[in-house]
Amino acid sequence: MGVEGIGASVVRKEDRRFITGKGRYVDDIKLVGMTHAHFIRSPHAHAKIKSIDTSAAMEMPGVVGVLTGQQIVDDKIGNLICGWAITSKDGTGMKMGAWPAMAPETVRFVGQAVAVVIAETKNQARDAAEAVVVNYEELPAVPDIRAAIKPGAPQLHPEAPGNVIYDWTIGDEAATDAAFKSAANIVSLDITNNRLVPNAMEPRAAIAEYNEPEEHFTLYTTSQNPHVARLVLSAFYNIAQEHKLRVVAPDVGGGFGSKIFIYPEEMVALWASKKVGRPVKWTGDRTEAFLTDAHGRDHLTKAEMAFDKDNKVTGLRVKTYANLGGYMSLFSSSVPTYLYATLLSGQYNIPNIFAEVISVYTNTVPVDAYRGAGRPEASFVVERLMETAARQLNVDPAELRKKNFITQFPHQTPVIMAYDIGDFHASLDAAMKAIDYAGFPARQAKAKSEGKLRGLGVSCYIEACGIAPSKAVGSLGAGVGLWESAEVRVNPVGTIEVLTGSHSHGQGHETTFCQLIAERLGVPISQVQIVHGDTDKVQFGMGTYGSRSAAVGLTAILKAMEKVEAKAKKIAAHQLEASENDIVIENGEFKVAGTDKSLALPMVALAAYTAHNLPDGMEPGLKEGAFYDPTNFTFPAGAYICEMEVDAGTGKSTFVNFVAADDFGRLINPMIVEGQVHGGLAQGIGQALLEGAVYDSSGQLVTASFMDYTMPRADDLPSFKLSHTTTLCPGNPLGVKGCGEAGAIGASAAVINAITDAIGNNKLEMPATPDRVWHAIHGNA
Amino acid sequence: MYQTTYHRPSSVDEAASLFTKGSDAKYLAGGHTLIPVMKQRLASPSDVIDLGKIKELVGIEPTGDGIMIKAATTHHDVASSETVQKALPALAYLASLIGDPAVRHRGTIGGSLANNDPAADYPAAVLALGATVKTNKRSISADDFFKGLFSTALDDGEIITAVSFPVQAKAGYAKFNHPASRFALTGVFVAKTPAGDVRVAATGASQDGVMRVPAIEAALKANWSAAALDNVKISADGLMNDIHGTSDYRANLIKVMAQRAVTAAG
Ligand SMILES: Cc1cc2nc3c(=O)[nH]c(=O)nc-3n(C[C@H](O)[C@H](O)[C@H](O)COP(=O)(O)OP(=O)(O)OC[C@H]3O[C@@H](n4cnc5c(N)ncnc54)[C@H](O)[C@@H]3O)c2cc1C
Repeated sequence: MGVEGIGASVVRKEDRRFITGKGRYVDDIKLVGMTHAHFIRSPHAHAKIKSIDTSAAMEMPGVVGVLTGQQIVDDKIGNLICGWAITSKDGTGMKMGAWPAMAPETVRFVGQAVAVVIAETKNQARDAAEAVVVNYEELPAVPDIRAAIKPGAPQLHPEAPGNVIYDWTIGDEAATDAAFKSAANIVSLDITNNRLVPNAMEPRAAIAEYNEPEEHFTLYTTSQNPHVARLVLSAFYNIAQEHKLRVVAPDVGGGFGSKIFIYPEEMVALWASKKVGRPVKWTGDRTEAFLTDAHGRDHLTKAEMAFDKDNKVTGLRVKTYANLGGYMSLFSSSVPTYLYATLLSGQYNIPNIFAEVISVYTNTVPVDAYRGAGRPEASFVVERLMETAARQLNVDPAELRKKNFITQFPHQTPVIMAYDIGDFHASLDAAMKAIDYAGFPARQAKAKSEGKLRGLGVSCYIEACGIAPSKAVGSLGAGVGLWESAEVRVNPVGTIEVLTGSHSHGQGHETTFCQLIAERLGVPISQVQIVHGDTDKVQFGMGTYGSRSAAVGLTAILKAMEKVEAKAKKIAAHQLEASENDIVIENGEFKVAGTDKSLALPMVALAAYTAHNLPDGMEPGLKEGAFYDPTNFTFPAGAYICEMEVDAGTGKSTFVNFVAADDFGRLINPMIVEGQVHGGLAQGIGQALLEGAVYDSSGQLVTASFMDYTMPRADDLPSFKLSHTTTLCPGNPLGVKGCGEAGAIGASAAVINAITDAIGNNKLEMPATPDRVWHAIHGNA
Repeated sequence: MYQTTYHRPSSVDEAASLFTKGSDAKYLAGGHTLIPVMKQRLASPSDVIDLGKIKELVGIEPTGDGIMIKAATTHHDVASSETVQKALPALAYLASLIGDPAVRHRGTIGGSLANNDPAADYPAAVLALGATVKTNKRSISADDFFKGLFSTALDDGEIITAVSFPVQAKAGYAKFNHPASRFALTGVFVAKTPAGDVRVAATGASQDGVMRVPAIEAALKANWSAAALDNVKISADGLMNDIHGTSDYRANLIKVMAQRAVTAAG
């Protein structure tokens, strides 16, 4: 590796503009003649709209237009869709209710838009919105899963009787039942996977501009995948044809999944920009983010694990109810099925697995992918069961895991996934060493003598990332292919532009992607520019999620790069009168091996563009594109161990130590990987200790601001001790697996395992607030 | 935010007369309660009268038997004041626990008391220390000042000018943070006067805002020690009950925080 090549902790190029406040986010963009949108949102969780009177608002100062849900239906704008078809166990398709971008008739969650005011200024739009009179007839609301599945519960959508969207299964039920029948021991748990609000730092925003003579739209939006947005907006929503719509996602301040989806506000902004003949801007505020960004998680699960007399796992049986909210968001159906149940084998050799997943509608904001998406829920089930089993069987939790680890690769699990490689013993051993596992009983005894409760919790996670081979996801119901595309352009002066369909919204692509070029050509990263986030510039792309940017996006760049190198070598060989096979690339020079003859990259590039002296028949220019479709998922895995001390008087848990040993395959930039792990751990710990979205019985979001929704802060978190054990991913030439979600996937079980160990009571729900922990210690007296 | 008219008077009298002229005027101090509420359009004062720049409202002075903190003094200035640290270290400590540095550099003692948030920290100190709230019209004893959730003895337009705190033989504060807002989920201030009287106030716990805790006062008067509270039973009746703390949990916190406050007081 060079100083800026693969494996170097290069300082992030993009940070200069971010930390000096010079990033360019959607809200920073101002177009000539721009108007401002303010949405009128339902205060009720479930209601019929009796009437909307916009006449007074229309007369207010600065108002350009007031548009309603009925108008969007009349204009034949398509309903929002869910792009992953799931088939129920009875063979029927999923039961999707209609979701118009603004409600014409019925509202199904607090915050759902029913109308929009467009005005000259933001404040004028807000003023006029207060003059819009909406008459509702309230309907009984279904605030959570238990309420949704009760016999006689209020029905949300006529398409989904009993509020059930699908009842899906995976695995061999009969074989799993048989394993339980012959089990020596059975461990079972009821688990609530708490609902989370993503809370990206930058709220969602959109600016739409319609060019009337060209019949062309431009949309600036906070998206993790602008090409997918364009595809969906044109193919399904009937707003513009694909070649008449440019989508730009400039700097985006975090997404965590919540900015994958196409939301009503973008659709309305586009549609409205044509209706009022002016650019329309909408910037959500934090309250709108709480009420309308897709939430994450929200499962109720019963899980059981069967063991033989040697403490080997013989079966796993899981029944999960998943809350998808009032409507089906873009990828919502896949999260509790193919991204969840397929990971239930964890790091273990489990011969029989059967899972049933029932997804339901409730009067809450839609739920979709959030950092980890399904895999944190799966890992939590498996790792809580393992820890519980160790306590019940009275064996050491690390030993029980080791006894059941998969050690032969590739390994086919009973739930679709074929793990390509890993070394689970290595990561658990590294974590145990880092935390001095052997010394824990002495530390625990010492803490006890000081009146403190101390516990240790292990979590060995695995995830499936880099999603995914297109053919595989297609056969499972996905509506899109999940490859990535790239173009490498060497300019005539030898500088390089890399166009990628991956989108960077905090991941550091502008640095890591350059490091690949530096590695291959030996040029400084300052000579390389990463271009992303604009459908007019980048050929195509599937975007960023599922820890896929390195494994899929960077591999696409590598493929394009290899084509560029091959052509450049031909040109250099021709110019140097050498054989193409003798050309080697070093420090930005094309050299004839074993001689002192060489040609610098700019000279090769210039030759390609002047085309005065190219090999016969060669096309001028030096730019190449590639599409890369992976052959398998990648499988990052690792071991987290957490040591906690609990104050019995208040129930407050404090970290003594938290160690992480991850296997991400090859690291492109260890510093950026470390940052990704820190962020993921913060969110996993946030779920375990702090965060939880709560709706009351009438469907009002109780935790609709930071005064009630506990975001993790620096002082809530320990100083993490990170390390890496490495097995190179055989599925891609770089050997990378992905690191973006691991922390969020593995951390929560480690924390809950540690606290339940400390207090000697295994019944504890997330978030494990001091109040809950205190009750778990003292009962409800 | 709705439109409003901003004023910057230079004296308390000028502020009071501006107040009477506005149709629905509001005083502004640190703005850390008022401005967020205005931004959310939950308050729409016709006039905003800034007290923060009035010189006579800022500063800390020793008095014969204690200290006087003027109303527009920030939490940061109280926390870092040598005068306060010497005379009433528990009060400086309390101020250092409010919010975060940004909040402490803007928020003021007068604003906090006028607002009387049921989970705010200062009310616990004012009540337990038997402080006196001075206004542009009168002096109000702590026992008469707090009137329940977000309400006080202040008349419309009345301005808090200062708070005077008598020194104590012992005083201590222990706060258990609300996980999200970091106000007090429950905070307890304990104080023992030179004459041996004990006053204990809890904030964040009661549905009616800051309150005294007679059971703990009695036990500590008999025996000033954390152990003296081991067998005290606090009733959960009338305590707040929400997703962050049930009423029985808060009842427990009153006792545990009182014990820790006594330990801190020495
Ligand atoms: C993020 C955050 C965290 C916080 N954390 C805490 C915490 O942990 N503990 C805590 O106790 N507080 C906390 N606060 C509250 C803060 O510390 C202030 O005390 C509080 O906002 C009020 O003080 P202010 O000076 O900002 O008043 P303002 O917001 O300016 O005014 C509040 C009210 O008091 C009135 N008022 C102000 N001064 C006077 C006066 N001299 N006479 C009469 N009326 C007056 C105003 O008209 C208004 O109605 C927090 C606030 C924020 C924003």
